[in-house]
Amino acid sequence: MEFLSPATWEEALAAKSERPDAVPIMGGTDVMVEINFDRRRPPALIDLTRVPGLREWRADGDGVRLGAGVPYTGIVDALGGAAPALAAAARSVASPQIRNRGSVGGNLGGASPAGDAHPPLLATDAVVELASVGGVRRVPAREFYLGPRRTARRDDELIAAVLLPAPAGPQRFAKVGTRNAMVIAVVSFALALDARSRTVGTGIGSAGPTPLRAPGAEEFAAAEFDWEGGAPLPESAVHRFGELVAAAARPIDDVRGSAGYRRHALAVLARRALARAAADYREGGARCA
Amino acid sequence: MRVTFEVNGRPVTADDVWAGESLLYVLRERLGLPGSKNACEQGECGSCTVYLDGVTVCACMVAAGQAHGRRVRTVEGLSSPGGGQRLDAVQEAFLEAGAVQCGFCTPGLLVQADDLVGRTARRGLGVPGDAEIREHLAGNLCRCTGYEAIVEAVRLAAERADAAVRGGAR
Ligand SMILES: Cc1cc2nc3c(=O)[nH]c(=O)nc-3n(C[C@H](O)[C@H](O)[C@H](O)COP(=O)(O)OP(=O)(O)OC[C@H]3O[C@@H](n4cnc5c(N)ncnc54)[C@H](O)[C@@H]3O)c2cc1C
Ligand code: FES
Ligand code: FES
Repeated sequence: MEFLSPATWEEALAAKSERPDAVPIMGGTDVMVEINFDRRRPPALIDLTRVPGLREWRADGDGVRLGAGVPYTGIVDALGGAAPALAAAARSVASPQIRNRGSVGGNLGGASPAGDAHPPLLATDAVVELASVGGVRRVPAREFYLGPRRTARRDDELIAAVLLPAPAGPQRFAKVGTRNAMVIAVVSFALALDARSRTVGTGIGSAGPTPLRAPGAEEFAAAEFDWEGGAPLPESAVHRFGELVAAAARPIDDVRGSAGYRRHALAVLARRALARAAADYREGGARCA
Repeated sequence: MRVTFEVNGRPVTADDVWAGESLLYVLRERLGLPGSKNACEQGECGSCTVYLDGVTVCACMVAAGQAHGRRVRTVEGLSSPGGGQRLDAVQEAFLEAGAVQCGFCTPGLLVQADDLVGRTARRGLGVPGDAEIREHLAGNLCRCTGYEAIVEAVRLAAERADAAVRGGAR
């Protein structure tokens, strides 16, 4: 196995293009587990931790351009306002030591359906920036996850950044696990209300072969929601929203939970997220007025 | 490959390092620093916690090559910043509070606890509450103590650091 240490982004892209089977490593919190346990023996590792800029974020138009290697700790510390659902998800990842290393780029690179970054990226319509020696492509998160751990990223591409749109309404993230820390989600759910476009975004984690959206639930909530005043939704509408989210999931039974439990828990998370986001919306509106 | 970095203030070099080798392996097996423990090799237990460029990480999750040219501080480096033998304040507090039983988790907990005290009390930001202590130590597993004495030890260390900072400020 070779260890490649590109010092610039151009060198990293060239290395990935010459060696499409080389495995990038950022925080290492997925890659090193596989190597330590002999599950993976790639011909080469490409260390991305020396590439300048990958661990930085900056304002980009109204939104934020989050470098693929920014550790979760940085997201929690800096982006609670600019990306509330993603920051909440980042806060729920693993432990402080893992959050100090693990990155959204790594979450996207591994593309586990249980990855905590995915539901917020789906709900908020974030965009993944992919790069190769051939140039840069921007792929919406909503088109990024293609199959079990399969994504729109080509073998010669690296993930450069994620573009996070400025929030235009309340966002929520919730996750079910056996403990308050160090848990891979049994299920997770993210919700984003967008007052500008009057749309609702959703993201479902750990309840299907890929991270998923619930388009039926999104349309239903957008139509039912009182975008003028943010009046509380009728109980029946909140309930229906939960049913539609659960129906969009494609869970399986595994060691972390049964498919039935996952659907049930997802409906509960979705109902709470919607009710709370509606309350946030009313408060936010009252503050603005 | 050859990997050169700084451990506890002194430059070290390891030769013939395999590309997939972890920083933890290099510390323990090549550099004679067995303080950081190897208990899970999957980031779950925290017993291999070290500082990497001032930030706590699981050394088993860092590829050795990623540490090249960087600064590492291990549990061995807590006690003797000036080369002395005295335990540092967090280590003293663990002893006094009876926070050590088999001791396997202790090195990682000491580094992570040192980090918390360094971010709070030592900076004049006060003594962290129990919830904050537990949250900061959430990635460090202990199979022996039940954690009560550990939380007590961290509180004790933070209280002393707080008193020292305040005393110094007067
Ligand atoms: C104890 C423990 C607990 C965990 N808990 C959680 C949890 O609660 N929630 C959660 O979501 N995850 C969890 N994880 C998994 C892991 O921490 C996350 O997936 C994290 O986001 C990975 O980021 P990383 O930078 O460490 O990735 P790495 O391990 O460096 O890489 C992961 C994958 O992404 C690829 N990759 C990395 N960067 C790029 C890039 N720029 N371009 C292209 N490919 C790239 C790598 O080749 C690899 O396939 C946990 C892991 C551990 C060890
Ligand atoms: S040995 Fe590194 S976290 Fe357990
Ligand atoms: S004292 Fe034995 S594991 Fe903590």
